[in-house]
Amino acid sequence: MTTVTEATGGAPVRTVRPRGGIGRSVRDSLVVAQRNLIRMLRIPEVVIFGLIQPIMFVVLFTYVFGGSINVPGAPVGDAQAYHEFLMAGIFAQTVTFATAGAGAGIADDMHKGLIDRFRSLPMSRGAVLTGRTLADLVQTALTLVVLAVVALLIGWRTHENLAEVLAGFALLLLLGYAFSWIGALIGLTVRTPEAATSGGLIWLFPLTFISNAFVPVNGMPAFLQHVAEWNPFSATVAAARLLFGNTIAGVPRSVTGAWPMEHPVVASVIWSVLIIVVFRTLAVRKYRSATA
Amino acid sequence: MPGAIYAEGLVKTFGDVRALDGVDLDVPEGTVLGMLGPNGAGKTTAVRVLTTLLRPDRGKAVVAGIDVLARPDEVRRSIGLSGQFAAVDEYLTGRENLTMVGRLYQMSGREAKRRAVELLERFHLGDAADRITKTYSGGMRRRLDLAAALVVSPPVMFMDEPTTGLDPRNRQELWDVIQELVAGGTTLLLTTQYLEEADRLAHDICVVDHGRVIARGTADQLKARTGGERVEVVVHAPEHLTVADEVLRGFGKGEGTVDPHTRKLTVPVTGGAKLLAEVIRELDLRGVEIDDIGLRRPTLDDVFLSLTGHHAEGDADDGADDGSAGRADTDGGAVGRQKRGRGGAGTAGADTGTTSDREGVK
Ligand SMILES: Nc1ncnc2c1ncn2[C@@H]1O[C@H](COP(=O)(O)OP(=O)(O)O)[C@@H](O)[C@H]1O
Ligand SMILES: [Mg+2]
Repeated sequence: MTTVTEATGGAPVRTVRPRGGIGRSVRDSLVVAQRNLIRMLRIPEVVIFGLIQPIMFVVLFTYVFGGSINVPGAPVGDAQAYHEFLMAGIFAQTVTFATAGAGAGIADDMHKGLIDRFRSLPMSRGAVLTGRTLADLVQTALTLVVLAVVALLIGWRTHENLAEVLAGFALLLLLGYAFSWIGALIGLTVRTPEAATSGGLIWLFPLTFISNAFVPVNGMPAFLQHVAEWNPFSATVAAARLLFGNTIAGVPRSVTGAWPMEHPVVASVIWSVLIIVVFRTLAVRKYRSATA
Repeated sequence: MPGAIYAEGLVKTFGDVRALDGVDLDVPEGTVLGMLGPNGAGKTTAVRVLTTLLRPDRGKAVVAGIDVLARPDEVRRSIGLSGQFAAVDEYLTGRENLTMVGRLYQMSGREAKRRAVELLERFHLGDAADRITKTYSGGMRRRLDLAAALVVSPPVMFMDEPTTGLDPRNRQELWDVIQELVAGGTTLLLTTQYLEEADRLAHDICVVDHGRVIARGTADQLKARTGGERVEVVVHAPEHLTVADEVLRGFGKGEGTVDPHTRKLTVPVTGGAKLLAEVIRELDLRGVEIDDIGLRRPTLDDVFLSLTGHHAEGDADDGADDGSAGRADTDGGAVGRQKRGRGGAGTAGADTGTTSDREGVK
């Protein structure tokens, strides 16, 4: 030993207030959410690329498929009817992409050792994940606003009062929030951001296509009709469509008589809350034992 | 009375790998324990168990008087951790990183900001405080990471290979910071692959291998077992071996070795770089042409060799001659000295941290 002299007892401990409960959870989550939002501002590419795809989908689906897809109850070849039908589907698909964002973000934090840093701090256990999903919610909301403006510019219209339209967007955001918890679990499981991005995206394609989002389920084989109408994703699409007034009067809500299609708003809330409860529980448990 | 860091019979397995195989530790308050071992020895696993990040399969751990397994949240309030790879958010500024950590230690916003300013100054990051850390050098990131571990001046600190991957200058700076810290009375557990580092910073050293503590003692005790520093010479032609051996005997403080096959001679010495210069002059005078010459301090590998009779496995490298100025490469000096590690600046990525620079002394 060369330099270190006689030890002089413990270093002064700064008072670390033991806090507990909800207050600490909320506060810690907001600190983490703020951190993630700052990151988004500094890497705007992520947000911008997140916008390009849905905008492309709106334009492609509207102009390429618009004339050839027949919305039940509308005159054959009515492109405006399809455009109105389509938007709820595109919005819903867009919010589910939050899965990839949350997954990649958390996998990146694991990879860089930040999760270890957080786990060694006297902070609330769920806050790292909640903070991430809240930040993703903000990003999703921003994306929806831009997308809605684009859709309005190319002719999409709502036909209900503002409160109902906003309620439609609220359900979409709730779905996006629910899906970001699925992403959180994926991110904690796969450990590399690349795997989390693809792992967060691939299963979204069957999920969002075997649904009522892009084409009416009437044309599907009977078996797929059942799958599509019970698909949790379809419930939110149907609910948003209803609240936007993008449905056609006199057309039955469901082809197979599935309950979620008959009561889309309630079903949408139930599905989203269920997803949040299940995946939040699993993700927080995984976080506690995460070993990067 | 158990020390500020106390562990008994820690066992942790990952599948077939026994990462910890019955580790006992006892670090008295206000002292520094250097945990020395090659890659894969179980150092990080031990640190992770003691800092509540990993539950051991068996064993007991007490940190700052608190049972780690029973009351992890209380332990977290009393410890600071600087992990093996600098865990700072690369898109936040230095200031934002520290403020965030302060708030997550449950400080008020204002208190956290004030503390961040203090720490940035203390770690010479004041000028870079408002730059995102992606632009920091490896050494700056390390310092910031250390600062983050010190936000609440915890009584017990853990540092996992704090200087791996740093160049000698940054390593020196970090050592100064750590020395200042422990002079203030903090209890520290520090892991390292470099005997020299443990020597500089630790009161006591434990050597780990395959999840077991295979030796304990002070740096001097360990060095005594390994024979201190040596001069190593590789002569150009075999016929010069005899003369070179004569010269080295003159300077040596003990039995040397001669390996005709590699044309390498080794002799224990005291006197460091100054002596090395004299040796070179003398060899030159006697007309001995040399390919390589260097001052070798005992390395982890030497410690291993003397303790176990085999080399430290894998990538345990010859961390020793780091910072030893007394090295001269006569064949143009192009033998790519130093620059251990992950390439200094931009490498935030973290795979294994595997580093080896065996090129120096072959
Ligand atoms: N999460 C893990 N999963 C599987 N094996 C692991 C894990 N963490 C560590 N190990 C293994 O445990 C052993 C000890 O690793 P570690 O504690 O990281 O060593 P060190 O820090 O001394 O290099 C190694 O063989 C390593 O491969
Ligand atoms: Mg390690």
